[in-house]
Order: sequence, then C-alpha cells, then structure tokens
Amino acid sequence: MAMTIAVPREAHEGERRVAATPESVAQLIKLGYAVEVETAAGANASYPDDAYRAAGARIVDDKRALWSGADIVIKVRPPLSEEVQRLKPGATLIGFVWPAQNAALLEQLAAREATVLAMDCVPRISRAQKLDALSSMANMAGYRAVVEAAQHFGRVFTGQITAAGKMPPAKVLVIGAGVAGLAAIGAARGLGAIVRAFDTRPEVGQQVESMGADFLSIDIEEEGGGSGGYAKQMSAKFIEAEMALFEAQAREVDIIITTALIPGKPAPRLIDAKTVACMRAGSVIVDMAAEQGGNCELTRPGEVVNANGVTVIGYMDLPSRMANQSSQLYATNVRHLLTDLTPAKDGALKLDMDDVVQRGTTVMQRGQVCWPPPPGQVSATPQAAAQTKPVVAIANAKVEDARAVRRNGVWSLAALIVAALLLLALGAVAPPAFVTHFTVFVLAVFVGYQVVWNVTPALHTPLMSVTNAISGIIVIGALLHPGNASTIVTVLAGIALVVATVNIAGGFLVTQRMLKMFQRT
Amino acid sequence: MLNGIGNMAWLGAATLFILSLRGLSHPASARRGNLYGVTGMVIAVLATLLVTSGAGLQIALIAALVGGGLGAILARRVEMTQMPQLVAVLHSFVGLAATLIAFANFLSPATAMSGVERAIHDTEIYVGAFIGTVTFSGSIVAFLKLQGTVSGKPLVLPARHLLNAVVLGACIVLGYRFVSAPDGGDALYALIVMCVLAAALGVHLVMAIGGADMPVVVSMLNSYSGWAAAATGFMLDNDLLVTTGALVGSSGAILSYIMCRAMNRSFVSVILGGFGTTSAASSAAPQGEVVATTVDEVGSLLRDAQEVVIVPGYGMAVAQAQGTISEITRRLRALGIRVRFGIHPVAGRLPGHMNVLLAEAKVPYDIVLEMDEINEDFTSTDVVLVIGANDIVNPGAQEDAGSPIAGMPVLEVWKARTVVVSKRSMATGYAGVDNPLFYKDNTRMLFGDAKGSVDALLRQLEAA
Repeated sequence: MAMTIAVPREAHEGERRVAATPESVAQLIKLGYAVEVETAAGANASYPDDAYRAAGARIVDDKRALWSGADIVIKVRPPLSEEVQRLKPGATLIGFVWPAQNAALLEQLAAREATVLAMDCVPRISRAQKLDALSSMANMAGYRAVVEAAQHFGRVFTGQITAAGKMPPAKVLVIGAGVAGLAAIGAARGLGAIVRAFDTRPEVGQQVESMGADFLSIDIEEEGGGSGGYAKQMSAKFIEAEMALFEAQAREVDIIITTALIPGKPAPRLIDAKTVACMRAGSVIVDMAAEQGGNCELTRPGEVVNANGVTVIGYMDLPSRMANQSSQLYATNVRHLLTDLTPAKDGALKLDMDDVVQRGTTVMQRGQVCWPPPPGQVSATPQAAAQTKPVVAIANAKVEDARAVRRNGVWSLAALIVAALLLLALGAVAPPAFVTHFTVFVLAVFVGYQVVWNVTPALHTPLMSVTNAISGIIVIGALLHPGNASTIVTVLAGIALVVATVNIAGGFLVTQRMLKMFQRT
Repeated sequence: MLNGIGNMAWLGAATLFILSLRGLSHPASARRGNLYGVTGMVIAVLATLLVTSGAGLQIALIAALVGGGLGAILARRVEMTQMPQLVAVLHSFVGLAATLIAFANFLSPATAMSGVERAIHDTEIYVGAFIGTVTFSGSIVAFLKLQGTVSGKPLVLPARHLLNAVVLGACIVLGYRFVSAPDGGDALYALIVMCVLAAALGVHLVMAIGGADMPVVVSMLNSYSGWAAAATGFMLDNDLLVTTGALVGSSGAILSYIMCRAMNRSFVSVILGGFGTTSAASSAAPQGEVVATTVDEVGSLLRDAQEVVIVPGYGMAVAQAQGTISEITRRLRALGIRVRFGIHPVAGRLPGHMNVLLAEAKVPYDIVLEMDEINEDFTSTDVVLVIGANDIVNPGAQEDAGSPIAGMPVLEVWKARTVVVSKRSMATGYAGVDNPLFYKDNTRMLFGDAKGSVDALLRQLEAA
C-alpha cells in the first residue's frame, strides 16, 4: 500500500526553505508514494503551489489534516512541539533533528512512537555523500557568506583601472577550509577577489590551492610533523602563532570569513576585539560559526553589528537566505534517502538497520531512541590504517628499486662486455663480406631508431602498415633465385614471391587509404 | 657492371625507404612519405630483375598480378577496425616468405664455400628460417585472436617458461647439427624439425598473451618480420634487405617499447604473458557509490560545458561508435564548445589504432591529442566522456600502490569537473582491476552498449 508523504510549510520563524521541490515530488511519486504539500509550503523558496500540483502532489490547506494523515513527514528544521503533537502515531519524520541539542524534542517524539531519521546524522562516508545535507547546506552558506560580505562591503571585489581612478581588488581571508570555506573561496574568487585561506589541517592546502586561493600556513614544523594529532589539541604555541598570523592578515585584508568549528565543542575564538581593531574601516567579518558562539569575539548571533567601522555579520540562516537553491539541494538529499529506503519502489518505506548509512541516520525507531549508533559501525579507522600501509610499501619498494637498478646496471655491463667479446671473436673468423653486411646492419638499426622515434604517435598504425609493405622487399630474395634451378626451389621462391607481393601491394595501398583520412579542421 | 648499377639502385631504394618512414613524422608529410616507399620498392624490384638479367621474369609477373591483386583487394575491403588483423596477416606473410626463401636458398646448388664461410652462411639460413617461422605462426595466432576466432584470454600452460626454454634449447642443438651435418639430407631433416618446433614456439608465445597486450605483440611481430628480412639479407649477401630489415626491426622494437612503457610493464613480462591471472592480490575495494545517469542528463551536461574531452578505448572500436562520436563532436563544436580527444598509447589493439578510427570518422587530427599533451588540461575540463575505456583511466594506477597496474601512466580524467563513463556493465577491464574511477563523486555511469548510448546521445543533442 502506498504511503503518504507530507511536506509541511516550515513553521520556524524566518525559515524560507522547503523539504521538497516540484522536481523531487515527481521523483517521490515515481517511487510509489502519494505526496501532500501544505499550501504555500514552497512560496518563500519561489516554488508556487501550482508547480507542486503539476508535479502530481495534492495541496492541503489544513495543517492538522496534513500532519495527521501522513505516514512520512519530511521537513527542514526540527519540528516545533505543537507540530509533534499533530504527528500520526508511528509515523516517520525526516529532517534536521540535532539529537544532541534537542533532548526534549526526542522525548516528545518518543511519546508519538515516531521513527526519526536525522539528516544531520548521516554518516560522513563517501557512499552517503548524496545524502549529506550538511555539506549541501554548508556549500550554500559559504557562497552566501561572500554575498553578504559583498552587500556590506562598500567597494568592488575585482580590481580595475578606469579613467576615474584605480580600484584595488578586495582581499579576502577565509579561515577554515571545510565545505563552507571552500565554497566561500570559490565565490570570492568568482567575484574577482584575492583570496587567502587558513586551516589547521595542512592536508587541505591542495584543495585550497585548487580553488585558486593562497594557502597560509604556520611555520611550526616540530608541531606539525611530530605529534600527528595536533589538529584536535593545538598547543598554546600554535594558537599564539595562529593569532599573530590573523592579526597580521587583518591589517591587510578587507573581508574575513570564518568557518572554524570543532565537533561537539563551542567554536574556537580566533578573532578577538584587538584583531578587529586592526582592520580598516569598512571591512567586513562574516562569522559563519555564530550559531556555535562565533569565531569572533564581537559576533552577536543572528545580527549585524558595527564595531568601529568594521561590520561583523553573525547570521545563522545563511542557507535559508538562498532558499530556492538550498531547497533544491536539500530536497535532492532527502529524495536520495527515500530512494534508498524504498528498494522495491512500491511506496512502502523499509528501514534496513544493518545498513551502516540507514543505521547511522536513524535516531529513533518506533519511539525507541537509538542514537548515537553503536561505535565502530561507522568508523574511519580501518581506512586510515589501510592508507598508511601502502606508504610503507612504497618506501620499501623504493629501496628495492634502487637495489634492482644497481643489480641491473652490473648485469647489463657484463652482458655488454660479453657481447663485445663475441663480436670481436666473430670478426676474427668471419669473411669480409659478412663484416660489411654487419656494419650496414648496425648502422641501419641506428638510422631506424632515429627515424622511428620521430614518428608521431597518431601515425603508429600507418607506420606499421608501411613497414609491412617495405618488409615485402623480401621479394628480392625470391627474385634472386634463378629460375633454372630445381622445381622445388622455383615453387618455394614463387610462393614467397606471391605472399611478399601481397604484402607490398596491401601494405602501401592500405597506408595510402589511411593517410588520406587524416585531415585538419 | 650490371651488379654495380643494381647495387647503386638498391642504395637509392634503401634511402627512399628511410625517407618514407621519416615522412610519417607528421600527417601532412605522411602521404608523400608513402609515395617514396612505393618508388623505392619499384626501383628495388627493377634493379633486381636487371641484376638477374630477367631470369624468372615470367614468375615475377605472375606473382605481381596474383599477389598485387590480392593485396589491392585486401587493402580496399578492410574495415579500419580490422586493421590489427590485417597487420598481423601481413606479418605472417613476411615470416612465411623468409622461411621459404631460406629453404629455397638451402636447396639451390650453392657456390663452393667452405670452413667458416660456409658455417656462417648455414647459420644465416638457419636463423632466417627460425625467425621467419616464429613470425609466421605467431602472427597467425595473433590474427586469430584479434579476429576473435581464438579466445583473447591468455593460455597459461603449466611450466610454460620451461617449455619455451626447452624448445629454444632444442632449436639450438638442431642448429649445431644443421651446420655441422656433412650431407644435405641430414641437414634438411634438422631444418624441417626446427621449423616445426619454431612454429609451435610461435603459437605458444602468442597464445600466452592476453587481448589487451596485443599492441605489444603485434609490434613485436612487426619487429620480428624485420629481423627475418635482415637475416635473409645476410644469407643472400644483399645490403638492401639487411638495411630494410634493420629499419623495420628497429621500428617494431621501438613501438613495442613505447607500448610497454605506456603500461608500465617490462617487455619481458609482456612476452612471458599470463597477465591478470596471477595478480589477484588487489588491495581494498573502492569506497563509495556508483551513480548512474541518463542520456538526457549527459546531453545537458555536454551542452552546458565549455571544455569537453572524449577518451575512447577499445570498446568504441568494438561497438563501431566512432562515426556517431564524430557527429557528436561536430555538433558540440558548432555550439562553440571546445572538444578534444585524449588517446592513451595502448588504447585499442594496435599502436595508433584510435587515431586511425577517428580519422576514418572524419575527426580532424589536430583535436586528437596524446596522453602527455592533454593530461595537464583535465583540471580545466568540464566534462570528460569515457567511451569503452577502463584500465587507461584507472586512478588506482596512481593512488593505490597495491594495484596490479600501479605506476602505469593513465589519463587523469577524474581531475575534470564531471566524468561520464559509457560502459556496458560494472565488469573489470583487461587487467582485472576494479576501477575506483567509477566510485568517484564526480563520475556518472552511462550504462549500456557504447553504440546505443552514443546514438541516443546524438539524438538527444539533435533534438535540443
């Protein structure tokens, strides 16, 4: 029996996103579900009701009827408590839940015997990337952060020299090169700014540079190489150097975008008031960690403040400010999850608790909290171990290689000496004619070597057919046998003559045919 | 006097052959090069007839008619996808001719020779017949494998290296008997037995080599056919044959070397064969998920792109998809999209095979680039279309030290924004290695027969 999916209008104040787009609705219907969308659910994200209707959804005006009639509810934000009360007992809820922060919500959901799939708990393994709504949203947020900065920045991003004077390019510093940071780098580069980025993890340097930004690093070598795990537990010396770097950068750059987060901890304080004071008036700081307390001392979550001419933006709803695009990405993530949950495409949701991704995403099953998932199930350690091994193997292989090269060197020298001695011995006994032919032979090999290396690889097939043709020169061998010899000789030579002629004619003609095809634009 | 003129003419022919190969350094000069080759051949044959004062002219004329006619028909009829087979057959002819001439030479009344001179002459005959026979039988098997008559899978006999060594040893022993035999009958017997053994050796050598190693084998046989001609030249005291044989021999050897380098394998390991059967110790299975795509999606991807690179493989040749691909290329270029082709040296079953197929389909050669020319450009490419290729685009060669193809140079297609792989199924390529490319985030799989997929893609592009 086909289940019903409800897409309510987000009740959270200021939330513009919606959990399904007309496009994803059509896909969900293909999976066998019936879809009901609340009136004006997508209005703030520029998805009108008519579009949903056209995709095959039923538009429902009555909130209560929508919630209580649905087997599955898909949402963006965690549900408010009055929404939870409307949920049909035993129904499934999919959306951002943040179980760690919302213990009370979990209790209410448990009372409704709900099954809850949290989009924020999708395991971060590559198989689950198509479900990874956090990355999708971070990507949008990073882009939007640059747009917000541009909005509050009174100058241009791209440098220009015009008749009315010179406009210097904006300099942007991005702190934290995760998904959001990289998206911010890309957006700022796209606008023409000079972008620098900092991250405590040196391995992301390459990604930063691939986006066209300069990667800033701190010269504390013994810290970086020595104790492997410094990314988590940074020493006082490292933080000191980091702060000094930010302060120096603050004097130069126009815009700072911070995205530094440590999982499960308040955001690290990276930009203090003193650093802000170093910045030129008109500069902008976008603190993308505002929700977790902010990377900047002066950030006020959700607000824009002006500190001595420096604008500090602490918006917490950056993805929602890109409602249309964010909704599209989020809806696709949700749709991918539902596709995985509906293996038979029969509109019946089937939760497979043995699947690592589905197990990790499920925070509650029929009222039973099953979060966090048992450790070890979703773990990156085996991968890490696997990664270190080949490195050792490579190192060993290199040593082996070096030894092999040396061994080979000795062997080839020995072979060369033996060959030279053999040739000298042959020269001593061979008739002069042989020596002459041999000279010609060796010289011809070298000529061939030189000539053939110059052949363009595109013509290697014609090269083979033309060499085929000219090796038909062996006809000469057949012709040189006088016809007056015994019959058997004549027959053998005759056959040789025929096959060699096939070679000559076939080889040259097919080469000509091929070469005719090679043409320029 | 006639001999002197003949020798000079032969020298001219040899020079023309060298110029002919030199002409192939660029497509623009290649056709002139081919004409040089034809001219050289005509001069050489006329000079030879002059030297022999027209003896055997009738036979020569009949042979020219029969052989020339057959050759012309072959050249006209052959499909470009069948070029590897044709080349293999032509190699076998050279091998056969070399063997027959060695026999003829042995059987014809020899001028009085004695001592070392005779020993060397006999050795030349013996070596010529040996190389000729190996080339002949090996090329026949290569032809059958390429044609599909014989399975492309390597035939791995137990103790096959030992077997080869024993046969080779027996041939050397027989060679000693052949050279030292006092009367003709014994020597002929030794020669025939050797030829049988050499034929078996040739068959076994090529049987042990798998389908995708065929480029190496075909160029190796090309090389052998050259050496066979050179040996014949030694036997007949003819410098033109020696020179030409050496040219062809080194050409084939260089091609084999280029192919081996492109697979990061030593020549010896390819010749010893059996690749992909022993290297089951593949490391961890790739992580991630395969994302399938549709023709519509690929069509819009291509239309939205600015830089497109198409990477064809043997699968394109099998499916005969080059014509459609050329048409797709034309359409995309008309839309202002920069389309180029990336060719791996071992793509296909013959060196340069892909280039010939694309040329046949009227893809301009200046947008068909070699691996080294295009590898750096993948980072700025929007869409890479991989058609019927697998191992040559396997990132495992660079990322996974435990992979059987580790270190093989590959086209770094995964650096592009999106990679679309047209493939029949998830089956592994020739090397039997799983391809992590298919599991990358930016890879989309377009499942289905290559021809069907690109045809649908072309219709999609035409419709829009």
